[in-house]
Amino acid sequence: MGKATVIPFGPQHPVLPEPLHLDLVVEDEKVIEAVPQIGFIHRGLEKLVETRDYNQFIYVAERICGICAFGHSMGYAETVEKLMGVEIPERAEYLRVIWHELSRIHSHVLWMGLAADAFGYESLFMHCWRLRERVLDIFEKTTGGRVIFSVVKVGGVVRDIDDAMFAEIKRVLEGIKDDYKQLCGAFLNDSSVKNRTVGVGYISPEDAFGLSMVGPFARASNVNNDVRCLGNGGYGKLSDFQPVLDTQGDCYARVKVRALEVLQSIDIIEEMIAKIPAGDIAVDVKGSPAAGAEAANLVEQPRGECYYYARGNGSKYLERMRMRTPTSQNLAGMATALAGCDLADVNMIVLTIDPCISCTER
Amino acid sequence: MGAFKLGKMTFKSLFGKPETLLYPVQTKTPPSGLKGHVTNHVTSCILCGICAKRCPCAAIEVDKQTRTWSINRFRCVQCGTCVRECPKQCLTMEPTYTSPATKKYLDTFEVPETPKAAANASEDAKA
Repeated sequence: MGKATVIPFGPQHPVLPEPLHLDLVVEDEKVIEAVPQIGFIHRGLEKLVETRDYNQFIYVAERICGICAFGHSMGYAETVEKLMGVEIPERAEYLRVIWHELSRIHSHVLWMGLAADAFGYESLFMHCWRLRERVLDIFEKTTGGRVIFSVVKVGGVVRDIDDAMFAEIKRVLEGIKDDYKQLCGAFLNDSSVKNRTVGVGYISPEDAFGLSMVGPFARASNVNNDVRCLGNGGYGKLSDFQPVLDTQGDCYARVKVRALEVLQSIDIIEEMIAKIPAGDIAVDVKGSPAAGAEAANLVEQPRGECYYYARGNGSKYLERMRMRTPTSQNLAGMATALAGCDLADVNMIVLTIDPCISCTER
Repeated sequence: MGAFKLGKMTFKSLFGKPETLLYPVQTKTPPSGLKGHVTNHVTSCILCGICAKRCPCAAIEVDKQTRTWSINRFRCVQCGTCVRECPKQCLTMEPTYTSPATKKYLDTFEVPETPKAAANASEDAKA
């Protein structure tokens, strides 16, 4: 065995979309320990609840992350609605689920492109992002924005989708499905992809459960954890929902879980479009959260379970707004997966947890 | 196992229409609901200031003395709150983006006096 050496990885690294620093302790070409360090993009967004009222904070919440923007605005709005005892119209719940699942498709396909880029499959990266562009076009037409949508408000949503647009969404998703299945064929059956992913970064189901891992990272290790099963909001109207699970626990399983979740999201959107009731899209919310009132909420973001907590103080400004994001849950699992891997596999393992450092640091 | 799983898609891309546009020679038609920029149809504006009060990033300034309505495009995040809250529906979200600029400026709209307000003002002056 050689002498242990510490190699810094990140915060600027071609494989990382966001700044994460790892101290990799290596012996020869094997990583024996990985020490993650974050704190490069803390923006103090939670503190802004003191200067933005509960309606205005929606626009701050959705800027926590550029990829799960809709999920954060929805999670925050649901928390404040719980805090104030507001019931939103059923149509608004359905619309939120449709946009949230479209966000999941766009997030997963973006991630698949980044993963393909990380293992050097440039054309696969291009094709993934080409498909993602069609989802962004749907966002542009239905919300007016491609990344930041500003369509959620406390009490419902601010924009409706008409039947013609629903028909177009269904048509676009059908078109995506055909191309996407070919992409899945490349991700799941291509030998050059499998050589980089099969057996790499294994996490056992016991470790995944013990380390409180969440999202596709945990589901790839057969941990049945999906907040959508709780049936919050519009998810309660789904006829049947079973999380996508895999037992292999390696990078290949994580790719597979995300790949299949995109098809599942397309099915959810189609079901929601078929079932969406007519009616109002928002209710008027008057007053302020009561002093000392508390509410907590869970949302299944594309990267996993995200927890929201809010406390009122009797004014229109909240006393406290707190989020626990999926990546902060998954960092311990990532460090465990990295211990014992080859140095060349570090980038694949780091990417397969799909780290979102902007969410984590806020 | 096996390689070249993207063959069909690659050939389709090779002979199909390009996915990209030759920007800036070609541009995409913006969808009607695009959040481009806020504009004020000043003839119906009453300078009530609700838009400025509700704006989450303090981008709007309303001055009743000089009868001006100003927006700082560099602060505006196109959330559409002002458009929804305007009691006279004089604010609209246009589906085009403003041009890039090299220095920061305020976009100022002069709000003309309504005939009724002008008549009241002249009566006050007479009194």
